[in-house]
Amino acid sequence: MKFGVIVFPGSNCDHDTYNVIAEIAHQPVQFLWHDSEDLKSVDAVLVPGGFAYGDYLRTGAIARFSPVMDAVKKFAAGGGLVLGICNGFQILTESGLLPGALMRNAGLKYICKQVHLRTETADSAFTNSLEKGEVLQIPIGHAEGNYFCTPEELKRLEAEDRIAFRYATADGAVTAEANPNGSLSNIAGVLNEGRNVLGMMPHPDRSSEKLLGSVDGWKVFESMIGALAAK
Amino acid sequence: MNPIPSAVVPPEPVAVTPELLTQHSITPEEYDRILKALGRVPSLTELGIYSVMWSEHCSYKSSKVHLRRLPTKSDRVVQGPGENAGIIDVGDGWACAFKIESHNHPSYIEPHQGAATGVGGILRDIFTMGARPLAVMDSLRFGPIDSDAAIEPELIRKNHSIVEGVVEGIASYGNCFGVPNLGGETKFEACYSGNPLVNAFALGLVRQDEIFYGKASGTGNPVIYVGAKTGRDGIHGATMASEEFKEGSEQKRPNVQVGDPFMEKLLLEACLEAMKTGAIVGIQDMGAAGLTCSTCEMGARGGVGLDVELDFVPQRETGMTSYEIMLSESQERMLLVAEKGREDEVLKVFAKWGLDAVVVGTVKPESRLRIRHHGVLVADIPNESLTDDAPLYHRPVGTWKTPLPAEPPVHAQEELTKDRDYTADLMKLLGSANISSKRWVHEQYDTMVQTNTVQGPGGEAGVMRIKGTGTPGHERGLAMALDGNGRWCYLDPKLGAMHAVAESARKVALTGAEPVAATNCLNFGNPEKPEIMAQLSAAIDGIAEACTALGTPITGGNVSLYNETRGEGIYPTPVLGIVGILDDVTKAVPADFQQADDAIILLWPVPRGEEPNPDLKVPFTPEPMRYPVVEAEAEVVADADSEDPEATATAELAAFGSSEYAKVVLGGVWGTPPSLDLEAEADLHTLLRAVAERELVHSAKDISDGGIAIALAESAIRSGIGAKIDQDESLLIHPLFGLFAEPASTVILTAKSADVDEIEKLADEYGFIAARIGVTGGGNLEISVNHEPFISASLAELREPWAESLEAALHREVLA
Amino acid sequence: MKAHVYVTLKTSVLDPQGQTIQNALRKIGYDKVEGVRQGKYFVLDLESGLSGDQAREQVEKIARDVLTNPIIEEFTYRIEE
Repeated sequence: MKFGVIVFPGSNCDHDTYNVIAEIAHQPVQFLWHDSEDLKSVDAVLVPGGFAYGDYLRTGAIARFSPVMDAVKKFAAGGGLVLGICNGFQILTESGLLPGALMRNAGLKYICKQVHLRTETADSAFTNSLEKGEVLQIPIGHAEGNYFCTPEELKRLEAEDRIAFRYATADGAVTAEANPNGSLSNIAGVLNEGRNVLGMMPHPDRSSEKLLGSVDGWKVFESMIGALAAK
Repeated sequence: MNPIPSAVVPPEPVAVTPELLTQHSITPEEYDRILKALGRVPSLTELGIYSVMWSEHCSYKSSKVHLRRLPTKSDRVVQGPGENAGIIDVGDGWACAFKIESHNHPSYIEPHQGAATGVGGILRDIFTMGARPLAVMDSLRFGPIDSDAAIEPELIRKNHSIVEGVVEGIASYGNCFGVPNLGGETKFEACYSGNPLVNAFALGLVRQDEIFYGKASGTGNPVIYVGAKTGRDGIHGATMASEEFKEGSEQKRPNVQVGDPFMEKLLLEACLEAMKTGAIVGIQDMGAAGLTCSTCEMGARGGVGLDVELDFVPQRETGMTSYEIMLSESQERMLLVAEKGREDEVLKVFAKWGLDAVVVGTVKPESRLRIRHHGVLVADIPNESLTDDAPLYHRPVGTWKTPLPAEPPVHAQEELTKDRDYTADLMKLLGSANISSKRWVHEQYDTMVQTNTVQGPGGEAGVMRIKGTGTPGHERGLAMALDGNGRWCYLDPKLGAMHAVAESARKVALTGAEPVAATNCLNFGNPEKPEIMAQLSAAIDGIAEACTALGTPITGGNVSLYNETRGEGIYPTPVLGIVGILDDVTKAVPADFQQADDAIILLWPVPRGEEPNPDLKVPFTPEPMRYPVVEAEAEVVADADSEDPEATATAELAAFGSSEYAKVVLGGVWGTPPSLDLEAEADLHTLLRAVAERELVHSAKDISDGGIAIALAESAIRSGIGAKIDQDESLLIHPLFGLFAEPASTVILTAKSADVDEIEKLADEYGFIAARIGVTGGGNLEISVNHEPFISASLAELREPWAESLEAALHREVLA
Repeated sequence: MKAHVYVTLKTSVLDPQGQTIQNALRKIGYDKVEGVRQGKYFVLDLESGLSGDQAREQVEKIARDVLTNPIIEEFTYRIEE
């Protein structure tokens, strides 16, 4: 199973994501340069965190015009697995691959800390090794993770079981206190219609090694590897 | 490019007036020196070049003669002071580049951008050497932010905006660049109102055989300018950083540069990639004094000259003069020398990253800086006259006597005689500015990017693993800490500076790492005042002595003088950064309690030259205070062999006057810092490494601000695991001093009960006493002596003031 | 020819920055301010040869496709000859 990690100017979790695939998952992985439409026949695309183009216009707004994103759109339309983490999630919403938008945190500040997530669906290539309701501890690090979509869109996401993760307490209660950034309905991650594209603000790449304080994020990668193997 | 004709037409002389020299902060004596070096009257551009290169900030003209006393060598030191950053060997073919630098003045004038560009500058210093920056930390000093502080509301409001701006600035730059922040320290004192300190530390790793230096060589090699375009930013920033603040300094706002972390990130990736081509000969960042400093320093280090054509320098604004281009401090720019004929390889890499990279000059055999603009020679200066031969001052060193009293002031004496509620005192300390949680600060920083963070901010030291070293799952690690105690240095600059070294090294050692090298940032007042020079000189002596004793040579850093506003100086504040090495990062010891039912052990040194008395386990004194504080209930017979008890009690009272407790609870500062035995401190570090290596301890925490009570409370609050301390009177003889004094070389460990004996034995070998004082567990912190409770509170009660007070103070409205 | 484009969050979307500014204004005594919306302002230098219609068409397309995220933002603009 070959993974590709996109590198935009300003990506800064590209090496972290690469490292998880290469050193923890022991799977082949390569960087995909933003300027090329060649996805080098990878089986899954990872859009890493960072500040693509400095996030200077809006987070993800300039990155979506990169040639590589045209290729990613085609790849996703063909059922290919795409995981966007943090800035990657922002880029995927700007590109229209995922619904909604990510706005400035309600507290207006960048927040980096461990949070708890409740798994809302096990029915996806990214969550199939999790149980619905399972609580994960995964860190966040963002200033613009406040998920927003229209009430109609939210209804649709819920009806179609496309909310992957919600911010929750350690025992799985979805409360206002557990919501670090003001996200609508505590949403931390959403799936596209085809369930082959996931965007999430928390960083599974930062929680795949015991040494770093949490291994819960590894389950997202583990799910992807399982799903690809079953293909 | 046409070669510059060898000074046929010398640069046009400027009409030199006393006003012009004053504007450039050049003294008449210094001007004579310029005339001698050039053999003619300088052009305006040349005058500007001299003024920045000879500024305190660039030349260290007041401090250099003293800095020479610092130890700078060891087997580990690959590069000492004088380069962009110091470098040490950390094993497995890796070298570590690190340095701390101040950005105090810009951060006062424009907190957000001042702090941000401080981070940007130190990061460039690191990657200039070929090292990828892997960690940053900051040492911050602000004026009071509590609305009840005894200063004008206007000042408190200003302090709020400085705190908010500085933290946001550091966050915005480091987060976007993608380097984790591993901590540092944030402290508040009245003297930093109007003169905050922002000292930024960065650390990076480079393969030992891939280090780059800021040295030009090879006649005919092209000089390449890379990065952001040059604008009129920060013109005379270096001179500004070398002047006292006067009313109206805010007017200098246009001088402050604006940072672009995105550009810097591109510059990092492009530079590291360009270095891999093998076509780069030397490289230096353009920081303070911009193009001027980089051109003459690179030339001077290589004994060659750089000829530069300013017309080729990418410019953001139109109509810039040569003076402006040479003195601009626009950020995110680098200067490099490439191998002749291979410049295209280098330019190609920068083009890939979308960066401006232009050949602006050529390396010449003669060690002169030659600048041409619009075909006219505007500067022609011998490099050495700007660097090595810059003026050096033996400024008068007076004596420093602290204006603070030796004895407790009256109101503190009154407080000392009252019956005390120690739990209430503890709560007050927990909510005080220097002790309360800095979570509000740290959460704004990305502390985890690059996935190496083993211990982030909030513990003793930052700990990171080094990918690709050791064995998989057991990589090597680095521990790093910053420390400085201005109040102690104000009381005693030498002893205070020694403590700064000892405490930052101790924080590193507590993780189990071996402290191996240091960097320092010396923040002082106006060096033209003899008493300030006395502080500086004494502090340097203290650093030299402590760094020598602890085996941590100084590899670089910076000096920030003229930290005065309206004639009032800051506390002398040397800040030390210490780096240590862990052979197996999985053995790194955390600061907080790890599990219930662990033994809590207090570790303190047997006074050197004395035999430990097994019956008298007293860390601080064998005597009740000879001061009418609390009715000394516990009568203890003084050891006949021990020192004069009266003298001990006096010394102890003097040391107590420098504590946070004295300042916060008693409302006064007096006396001296605690005594420090460097030999014992060095032994402590070896001992801590030994217990960590054998995996005997679960946590290790320093006793510092607020004493044992605060150390226990913090470990408990942060972990959510309580503690029960019940001691016989021999340990906490005097409850007040026992609980809240801040003795050096004293730490708290936790361990399995079964391991306590072995720890005691090891401690004994190193001349330390390890005493089991209690046990972890439960939801309370309870400290009692002979079953009589001194402190008793639930963790929830303790957490509240500690966790909330910083943010609450910032959000509280300050009423006029 | 210049186009001035102003981008703000839609009125239906919470604007915490605007809210914070409004609170601050109230705190320091400007109690007549009933609302604050914070936004972004762009100045586009356009080729001078463009007709008014061409310019408007260009600017609207740029504002819609690039300068705003239509899910959360809206824009207004004016053209300066």
